Amino acid sequence: MDLTHSLRLVAPEELLSVVGLALLLVSAWAGGARAARAVTWIAVAVLAACAVLVVPALSGVAPADASAFGGLYAADAFSAYAKVLIYVAAGASLLVAPAFFEKAGAMRAEYPILVLFAALGMGIMVSAQNLMTLYIGLELNSLAAYVLAAFLKTDERSAEAGLKYFVLGALASGILLFGMSLTYGFTGTTSYAGIAAALQGGMAKGALFGLTFVLAGLAFKASAVPFHMWTPDVYEGAPTPVTAFFASAPKVAALGLTMRVALEAFAPQAAAWQQIVTFAAIASIVVGALGAIGQGNIKRLLAYSSINNVGFVLIGLATATPQGASAMLVYLAIYVAMTVGGFVAVLMLKDADGNQVEQIADIAGLSHTRPLIAAGLAMVMFSLAGIPPLFGFWGKFVVFQAAVQAGMVPLAALGIAASVIGAFYYLKVVKVMYFDDAAGKVTGASDMTHSVLLAASALFISPLGYLLTRCLGSIAQTAAAVLFHAA
Amino acid sequence: MIGIEHYVAVSSILFVLGVLGIFLNRKNVIIILMAIELILLAVNLNLVAFSSYLHDLTGQIFAMFVLTVAAGEAAIGLAILVIYFRDRGTIAVDDVNQMKG
Repeated sequence: MDLTHSLRLVAPEELLSVVGLALLLVSAWAGGARAARAVTWIAVAVLAACAVLVVPALSGVAPADASAFGGLYAADAFSAYAKVLIYVAAGASLLVAPAFFEKAGAMRAEYPILVLFAALGMGIMVSAQNLMTLYIGLELNSLAAYVLAAFLKTDERSAEAGLKYFVLGALASGILLFGMSLTYGFTGTTSYAGIAAALQGGMAKGALFGLTFVLAGLAFKASAVPFHMWTPDVYEGAPTPVTAFFASAPKVAALGLTMRVALEAFAPQAAAWQQIVTFAAIASIVVGALGAIGQGNIKRLLAYSSINNVGFVLIGLATATPQGASAMLVYLAIYVAMTVGGFVAVLMLKDADGNQVEQIADIAGLSHTRPLIAAGLAMVMFSLAGIPPLFGFWGKFVVFQAAVQAGMVPLAALGIAASVIGAFYYLKVVKVMYFDDAAGKVTGASDMTHSVLLAASALFISPLGYLLTRCLGSIAQTAAAVLFHAA
Repeated sequence: MIGIEHYVAVSSILFVLGVLGIFLNRKNVIIILMAIELILLAVNLNLVAFSSYLHDLTGQIFAMFVLTVAAGEAAIGLAILVIYFRDRGTIAVDDVNQMKG
């Protein structure tokens, strides 16, 4: 495969890295909030352009045409699907940022630039066809994310979130790398296709250890139980636009990466990782549902909700079938819309001085003071709980359907039982907003961009979203089929 | 004769020491940074040993990537530690408890 062809396939990554570096120079010369605002808009435009660049691949590409750089990288339908979600989520977390950071006095151009580099790393993660490419993409994303978590330099909670995220993230990278080194040693190659070929006959003990370590490292990045302990702290401490980013785009990237590693590289030994993934799925759903009960901070609550949702996505992976994989992709698209909507609504909760309100007790009676925010947040909560007319139900439905088709009825039953527990705390937020006496705290004016974004995601998760099910389903099916052709 | 299993044993011991260094240490965040480096070096030893055993260069190229990323990771870790110290005036592990989790 010639170099020009490879370079054409990685066009979105080239665009992101070149513009990211150029904007870094611009921000070094022109400081100040106005330049930062301009850089933010340019970054959003670049992410939109990248999304447009990957859209043609959604309808499917022949494997030979999708492979770049001698099989290190693939720009196929699967990576295109994940990249569209990643770029949309990253763009949304850029759009909500200026209003927040200007109030905090920290409107700097580094924020959009770091998000661009993180998006670049995530794009590499979902396109990787080799453990080395995987590692570089993962670290590019993680290193940007550590800095983003600590972005409010003078806020103690933000610095602590950055420190905790860094220490635990570096440990997870170490575990992942150790697993990759064992996999390399016992299969003799780092390419996914090579690993799959080497595991065809059977798996050595060492490779099994490698697989376990790799999955542990990836579970950390996706914040699946038992490697979830950093999530509530980091989500609470990080600035809210950054939390919105962490909860959406990196989840898609980490889960997409896990799908690729499990369903491409380790496909011949599916029975070995199915047990691990099944355990992680059940544990995430239960811990996410139980942990959220009794949380007073809405960002912490959404953190546990994201752990819970990762569990539902992993049910799709545990089936190891094409239906399961495409159900995961559908779920992820809906999840991104719900999460972005949820965090935008949280960003709109401001007191009279424009400070953020994060305690659930303080939003009591929100429906009287701010009926539109209350309605948006209530829709997100109902949708996260999976209550039928809303689109969140569809995501859960396709995942459970895939589990039942794969003969994993107990897993589906457990998931449904746990989502009933989860509904308790989602509905509690709605009850506090609609039926409690008004606390009168949330009175601040909302930003125009926030209102538009909240309206857009509310529209997507409203019953109108069901008009998209057929189109979304067929795109997800094409994307998921890529993973099974390779095997 | 020193064989591949000896190398894997040593690197596994280094890896476990690194992980324990992160969890058992209650004093200083700098020690955690050292433990992280130890983990990455254990991985490198593994990669280079396997590379030589398999007569395949991939492992050594991988080790180069790991070294490079480890340098970047340490720089970012220290930068975050500096802003943390400016805010709190301490880097003791037991004091990292503003948020309970």
